[in-house]
Amino acid sequence: MTDLTTGSPSVDQIRTDYTEMTRRKRVYGGILLIVFVAMMAAGFRTADSRNAGSFTDGWRRIFDYPAEVLSEAWEKIGALPANLVEFFPALLETLNIAAASTLIGTILGTFLALMSTRGMALWPTLIPLFRRISDVFRAVPEIVIALVLIFVLGGGPVPAMIAIAIHTAGALGKLFSEVNENASLKPVEGLHSVGANWSQRMYLGVIPQVGPNYVSYALLRFEINIRASAILGFVGAGGLGYELRNAMSWGQGRYDEAAAIFLLLFVTIVVVDQMSGLLRERLTHGSEKGALA
Amino acid sequence: MSTFATDLTIDELKAEADRLFNRKRLTNFGLPALVFVYLVYVFFAFDVSGMAQRANWENGKTLIADSYSYKTHVSRDNRTGEVSTAIEGERKGRYPDGEAPDWVSLGETTVIDLEDGHIVRFGPKIIEYEIPGFGIVRATPIRSAGVQAELPAGEVPDWINVSKNRMAITTDAGRLTVTRNRSEVFRYFNGWELFWFTLDSPYYGKPFPELAGLAARGEAGAILNDFWTNKMWRHQDVAWAIFETILMAFLGTLGAGMIALPLAFLATRNFNPLKSVRFLTRRVFDFVRGVDALIWTVVLARAFGPGPLTGALAILVTDTGTFGKIFSEALENVDEKQIEGVQSTGANAPQRYRYGVIPQVTPVLLSQLLYFLESNTRSATVIGAITGGGIGLLLTQAIITQKDWEEVAYYIVLIILMVMLMDWFSGWLRRRLIQGETGKIRKARDTKAKSFFLP
Repeated sequence: MTDLTTGSPSVDQIRTDYTEMTRRKRVYGGILLIVFVAMMAAGFRTADSRNAGSFTDGWRRIFDYPAEVLSEAWEKIGALPANLVEFFPALLETLNIAAASTLIGTILGTFLALMSTRGMALWPTLIPLFRRISDVFRAVPEIVIALVLIFVLGGGPVPAMIAIAIHTAGALGKLFSEVNENASLKPVEGLHSVGANWSQRMYLGVIPQVGPNYVSYALLRFEINIRASAILGFVGAGGLGYELRNAMSWGQGRYDEAAAIFLLLFVTIVVVDQMSGLLRERLTHGSEKGALA
Repeated sequence: MSTFATDLTIDELKAEADRLFNRKRLTNFGLPALVFVYLVYVFFAFDVSGMAQRANWENGKTLIADSYSYKTHVSRDNRTGEVSTAIEGERKGRYPDGEAPDWVSLGETTVIDLEDGHIVRFGPKIIEYEIPGFGIVRATPIRSAGVQAELPAGEVPDWINVSKNRMAITTDAGRLTVTRNRSEVFRYFNGWELFWFTLDSPYYGKPFPELAGLAARGEAGAILNDFWTNKMWRHQDVAWAIFETILMAFLGTLGAGMIALPLAFLATRNFNPLKSVRFLTRRVFDFVRGVDALIWTVVLARAFGPGPLTGALAILVTDTGTFGKIFSEALENVDEKQIEGVQSTGANAPQRYRYGVIPQVTPVLLSQLLYFLESNTRSATVIGAITGGGIGLLLTQAIITQKDWEEVAYYIVLIILMVMLMDWFSGWLRRRLIQGETGKIRKARDTKAKSFFLP
């Protein structure tokens, strides 16, 4: 008991301790910052030295190519509507690849998520297996599967669709299972008690709870997949990317077509971004309102 | 319970319930039907049936077989009688002259043991293949008269293909082709050939304990060097390629974060009163994000040429837009009270930002940066395939040759491991960095849930 006063430090002691602590924190922060800056600088220098052209030469030329394309497109501005019409089917194909792969990925992702959530899985012992499957699916970049499938199936939209669908399934499987973990298991138990089988329990007990969140994530994925399907087109999987590569490899003289494709892609991405943003906003707010009522 | 309208009759209530049930039933069946109809449309739009016909399943079979097995070629030049052995028939995998694996015994008559009783003999004049349960097939390549084949009596089975100038026999044990100029045997093995050392290395074929012993006796450097400079698998180049890919993701993500943070202040309502600047900054973010990474890659590759810098810059530019949007949303949700508190102690503007604002948004910023670091490793692989850098380039090159499928399989495994490692690393770092500030974990999650911006 008598130690109480001697044990509690004086104000001076507290102050020295505090300044000591802040100084130490500052030193650590400074060291971290220096290390970070050094890493960025070293990384940049390495990347620069392993690149074909260097940054110092190149940055002045960044706008050369867009300027070239735009000036030629401007000269042939009259051809723009015709070009837009010509490449509209390719845009439709890109959108179809994205939509179909999102749909298939969502279905597969739902299955993976249900299979890897405790309390919902059909075979609880296989939960780790399904988790690993969705981890691996998520880790595969689309281009890997697309390139291999193009070799077997030939060029076209199907390899891209399968590739994107697999990645989507993995990504959504993880997000969905996080959503599932917050869902109440009581409806499932209730349905179980009246003799519902597994699919009925899931369809009637789980999906209505998680539906809005699922749709919201799937919409976000659709945005990402449009970009992915454009990129995969560039390696030969059809759609806008394929047309873009063709137009570009022609070089000068076909830049009006390249500009039209740029424009289509840009407008599509922006429009889909905005629309899905609005929809997602409504979905999440709608569900909040539903929960409150 | 009291929310029900009490002035409804039972019939009206029943009718309402029926309507509700009908609507639910309709959506329950209508939605899946709609999805199904769309998928049917896609089936025809993508011409899946036509593609199934055009598809080259033979390619698929070689791809799968080649990704886990390899073949060793033993070939005899029928004019000079010279016999050479090479793995995959490549110069890099060739045995030195006068040497051969132990199932090939060189001599005047070279005997090749294909196991299970299958034996091929390259005689001075006659090529023999002893097939158990079938008999001995003899072929005599003559320069002027082509290949004269002698088969056991009876019908010619479909795994033997004989014509005037060529004989080919394919069995489970291997494959023999004889033409006028060349006799060649393929024997198939499981595994990835020469993965550790090539044939010119003194360490080829040594078991692991022996290697460990040699390494302990001071040869570790030489062993590592032989492995590192393996001409067949090019471990050095592959390691560099993976490093380049991660470098692209690292530079792109963090560079984008560093550029986007100051710009994000300009796009917020609470830090920037100028509406025109705010509008402009937001449109810039939208524009940069809308011009996809693909287009940025194409444009930047023109200016900088192929390589990791182009990839890093493409990621940087695209993600500046994304981060600008996320960060400005986070900054708009900042709590004013902390800033006022800091201000009340007499802090000037930079100090207010440093101690009032930054600590509040750090968790959101860090977790987003780390999420994107992982997803950008994947993007860097894809961008590398287009612009020519990193593991993406190696993968496309290996696929274009259309025969090094074991390398393709190796790269795919490496890519998946790389992405999973980055995923684990970013998750670990996120937990380490954000857990320290306990009070803010929930806040970070809240904002995340709101913006829904996970890649």
